[in-house]
Amino acid sequence: MSAALLISDLGVSFGETTVLSGVNAEIRAGEFIGVFGPNGAGKTTLMRCLLGTLRPSQGTISIFGQGPVKASREIGYMPQGNVGFESTALSARALVHAAWRGEKWGVPWSTRESRAEVDRVLEITQASTYADRPFSVLSGGERQRVMLAQALLGQPKMLVLDEPLASLDPKNQALLIECIAEVKRAMNATILFVAHDMNPLLHVMDRVFYIAGGGALLGNIDQVVNSESLSHLYKFPIDVVRAHDRVFIVSREGNVTEAACCD
Amino acid sequence: MISTLLTDLGYEFAQNALIAGTIAAILGAIVGYFVVIRDSGFAAHALAHIGFAGAAGAAILGLSPLEGMLLLTTGSGVFMGFTGDKVHRRDMAIGVVLSMSLGLGTLFLSFYSGFAGQARAILFGDILGVSDVQIREMTVLALLSLAALACFSRRLLFASTQPRLAEARGLSLQALSIAFMVVLAISVTLASQIVGILLVFTLVIAPPGIALRFCRSFWAGMIASVILGVIGTWAGILLGFITNRPVTFWIPLLFFVLYLLTEGYSRIFLRSER
Repeated sequence: MSAALLISDLGVSFGETTVLSGVNAEIRAGEFIGVFGPNGAGKTTLMRCLLGTLRPSQGTISIFGQGPVKASREIGYMPQGNVGFESTALSARALVHAAWRGEKWGVPWSTRESRAEVDRVLEITQASTYADRPFSVLSGGERQRVMLAQALLGQPKMLVLDEPLASLDPKNQALLIECIAEVKRAMNATILFVAHDMNPLLHVMDRVFYIAGGGALLGNIDQVVNSESLSHLYKFPIDVVRAHDRVFIVSREGNVTEAACCD
Repeated sequence: MISTLLTDLGYEFAQNALIAGTIAAILGAIVGYFVVIRDSGFAAHALAHIGFAGAAGAAILGLSPLEGMLLLTTGSGVFMGFTGDKVHRRDMAIGVVLSMSLGLGTLFLSFYSGFAGQARAILFGDILGVSDVQIREMTVLALLSLAALACFSRRLLFASTQPRLAEARGLSLQALSIAFMVVLAISVTLASQIVGILLVFTLVIAPPGIALRFCRSFWAGMIASVILGVIGTWAGILLGFITNRPVTFWIPLLFFVLYLLTEGYSRIFLRSER
């Protein structure tokens, strides 16, 4: 299989601060990649590089053989966090519709083609039943399905999902993961799924992309998520504890889960 | 009562009032729709206040109040768009600039002999004194603004509803913000010709704000906003003629009542949707 994403010697610095350096990765088309790492490790920074909104200080990124800016139409993106609209009655369907070829000039006409495409993506994420209700009254899980539908507009070959599980309860997390796995099977898209906890994704992801300590490690779960590899990456002693088919990453000193400190 | 109204409507000042009111209402409703979804109502309000100094100081430069205000509001609009959300949402900065503009306006007004009359016209509008020249100016400006908005409204809607997604698809949020602020500056200036700078809110925020409370699609909201804006303005002007009380009392009153009704409706209705 051909490479969907090729990152070579990527580095990002803001002034004096180096966020990422020497990041290499080769992701094949159709892979489901879980992207993990402590807060502030550079997950969002890396995603911004892939989306072309941030220029890396060094190294190159190739997405289906193109640079990030050119490849932006191949990527469906689900940003982190929530959209507002608490005080408006704008429907979920209207929001998705606004994103359909939203980068074009002119007036946002509603055409037969645009309506069909919006129907299609809402159908895939099973959001059709509530798509006409105001976005502001939808539950967290429903909102995420709408945002996922939006990422599927125009049949992208790669999906970048930035913390879609944040602020969802465990039941809705599981439902959304099922939905995303379903989407992957239907579209055969390459998926980069950023998450805080890897446990909900253990059964669906193919490989792990772990970002910490200014670097990154890509590989099978067993290769990456073990005490030795992560301690090396964090530059700090880390223990990986497995219990009940689950993985827990704890700092060896201080007994803190998801060690945040690494500098 | 009806006959007084009909006699009044035979006069040019009355016809001009209705024409000018319609132009300002249509532009305000369309541009205001984006103001509401972008959550930048405060920027609209600020632009109007900044315009006060321009309107009052215009005579010093030999300009009409409309031209003076337009100059200052578009300038400030570009600046606000350029600095982005960070500055125009900063209460402190905007508060200081606002007070300074109002203070400057007061200084400029003190140079006039008819101080009180001028101030009142700028602050509360002078809809019965709209001239043919002003109508022509307003028409041209409104058409230009709408033409510009038509060119980038698709991008603006996308960037306003999903800024991060829009950025990822290569849109410049800053460029859009600047372009929009210029269009907003023009609509605020036109609206202030009718209702005065203190009540710009009624034409730019109230109709789209009400429409967005119950319309679920973009186009339904836009059309409802324009209809509400125009009907509210006409009704306000006609009530002003009939009762001989200020138009700038009637227009806000109508929108206030409409707002209360919508608020009640959406509370009951949206709650039952949950």
